[in-house]
Amino acid sequence: MACLIIAEAAIFTIFVVAYIYYVGKSLSGPTPGKVLETPIFYTICLLSSSLTIHFAGKLLERGRQGAFLLFWLLTIALGALFLYGTGQEWHRLIYEHGLTISTNLFGTTYYSLVGLHAFHVSAGLIMLSIVVLFGIAGRVGPEQSARIDVLSMYWHFVDAVWVVVFTVVYVLGR
Amino acid sequence: MSSDVMAIQSAVAAGRPWTEVLHEWVTTVNHKRLGVLYILYALFFLVIGGIEAIIMRIQLMHPHNDFVSPQVFNRMFTMHGTTMIFFVAMPILFGFANYLVPLMIGARDMAFPRLNAFSFWLTAFGGLLLYFSFLGGSGLYGAGNAPDVGWWAYAPLASRAFSPGHSSDYWTISLLVSGFGSIGTAINIIATIISMRCPGMKLSRMPLLAWLNLVMSGMVLLAITPLSAAQLMLLVDRYLGGHFFDTQAGGSATLWMHFFWIFGHPEVYVLIIPCFAFVSEIIPVFSRKPIFGYPVMVGATVCIAFVSMSVWAHHMFTIGMNSYANSFFTITTMAVGVPTGIKIFNWLGTMWGGKIQFKTPMLFCIGFLFQFLIAGLTGIMLASSPFDWQLSGSYFVVAHFHYVIVGGILFALFGAFYYWYPKITGRMLNERLGKLHFWMFLIGFHLTFDLMHIPGLLGMPRRIYTYEPGRGWDTLNFLVTIGAFIQGIATLVFVANLVISYFKGAKAGNDPWDAWTLEWSVSSPPPAYNFASIPTVASRRPLWDLKHPEDPDSRYE
Repeated sequence: MACLIIAEAAIFTIFVVAYIYYVGKSLSGPTPGKVLETPIFYTICLLSSSLTIHFAGKLLERGRQGAFLLFWLLTIALGALFLYGTGQEWHRLIYEHGLTISTNLFGTTYYSLVGLHAFHVSAGLIMLSIVVLFGIAGRVGPEQSARIDVLSMYWHFVDAVWVVVFTVVYVLGR
Repeated sequence: MSSDVMAIQSAVAAGRPWTEVLHEWVTTVNHKRLGVLYILYALFFLVIGGIEAIIMRIQLMHPHNDFVSPQVFNRMFTMHGTTMIFFVAMPILFGFANYLVPLMIGARDMAFPRLNAFSFWLTAFGGLLLYFSFLGGSGLYGAGNAPDVGWWAYAPLASRAFSPGHSSDYWTISLLVSGFGSIGTAINIIATIISMRCPGMKLSRMPLLAWLNLVMSGMVLLAITPLSAAQLMLLVDRYLGGHFFDTQAGGSATLWMHFFWIFGHPEVYVLIIPCFAFVSEIIPVFSRKPIFGYPVMVGATVCIAFVSMSVWAHHMFTIGMNSYANSFFTITTMAVGVPTGIKIFNWLGTMWGGKIQFKTPMLFCIGFLFQFLIAGLTGIMLASSPFDWQLSGSYFVVAHFHYVIVGGILFALFGAFYYWYPKITGRMLNERLGKLHFWMFLIGFHLTFDLMHIPGLLGMPRRIYTYEPGRGWDTLNFLVTIGAFIQGIATLVFVANLVISYFKGAKAGNDPWDAWTLEWSVSSPPPAYNFASIPTVASRRPLWDLKHPEDPDSRYE
């Protein structure tokens, strides 16, 4: 998983570089300063989900399978909430400000970068949900802790990427 | 699972239906079988890529030739480059790594066998998708043909506006798919080497082949991914109306170049480092001396890996970067020659004072040393940006990189074939045919690629489908083409050797070369489980310790 994270980090780096390179270079259309609203609440959701997944892992190690499942479901809920927030933001950007991926450089780089991240969140949620199914069937016990740890690593990575994307897009890029 | 990897012979002998054998091979997760699948796949595409090269050489044999149209010629150089890099070199090196790494570190298989199979099939389907473009092209109205944008697919040529139809999409998507396969195999190799070494095999006792494949895999993780990212961006541009590389909207075609070469340069080091690994295993055995300077070899390779990540824009000297950028990349490119040169000295140091056996694997490795040195020197010449301003995009560059790839990589690969074929199949390759292959290929190689530098110096650009007579290029191009044919025939000799020796070659025992690494301790071919019991090692040459208990290496390390 560490190797996969290294490889994925390289992919995200290239998209971040493209975003930074094109900041302020759009010839026309909406610009970040005018249309972006900082998604503080949804960011807190996603970052908290890292906390909940960490607790879930610790609970599983101690054999508290019920509590593990609870925190795991909480993680999924927070992740799903984050995706909902992204969707809401995109809806506003598209319909209120007319910003699409083909509008200008900002649109292209913004939707690609945030979209790539959202894709990775979605893939993570699918994997987390599979664990829920196994958990409900009673098949996730302390012996599976190592696997849960590996999956948690992926989830923490997705969070870390969001920290970078958030900083670049909503803090620095405006 | 049968205990004989090359199950075809025994299966046929045992009267098993071919469908069952085929099913076993298609669903295998065994690293040895997957290694063989990778290698056979790559050999097939080597022949196809070679045919594409021959077509180009015939077209360039005479000025104003009309063997193929310019459009077909563009497809040929695009497909030749793309095929050779992604569907010959990468798979064949991953194939050897797959086969040898677990055996050499005393493991029973790779860390993730199913990921291994998945990665192979991703690569395989990527290649099929790329070649489907020939068929999916003409005949289906408006769908385009094989990609013709060069293997770099520079923007804006590859954008929707200038490459209508789907040919560029075949290029993009097939490489995206096989790129994920490469990342999977790299992850597998790293995990295997880190966590599955046998007892006693500290990292400092690992065979150099394992070390170098570890470094190569690390580079793959960081080199292939920028290409994947850039290709996703290209797809966004082509299909979603994005503007990543769209100059009309303020985008930058140069950005594609940066991203592509951030991949492209480390990629060529990804290709050469496993070949260094082969040479580092073969030269000691045929000089009857341990490798000279093992720790420095490892250190130099790690140095090369790091420095090579910083040299990419030497492919872009002519696009008008400022002089600070040009100087920086000139300096780093020259710097990467230093650890590489150290390795060459160490190989020579290994041979010095040894008792050299001029068998076919060694002949190819000696050819490698000589040719890789010259290729490196022309590379250093091109590293100087003023020099490159004259020769970028000329046949001098084409000659340089083919010198490395054919003279370096392919020669080392041939050596690896002759060295490990007995282990994989249980039979020796015919030594006379091997020497014939070597000498023919050597003559053809030098005829083609030594001469090719000259038209480059005389100003012949690359990727042109024809040229004016009377510029001093005519005879040279003609001779270059003759050399290509000689290499083609030599390759056919090699393929014939592979096939004939499989059925009629002398039986190889466990250890036909009197070598020292763990793969020679098991039968040829190895059983499915590799080792009856996992070995414990005490030095870098475990088999030397076993054969010479009175003078083990462990006393000196």
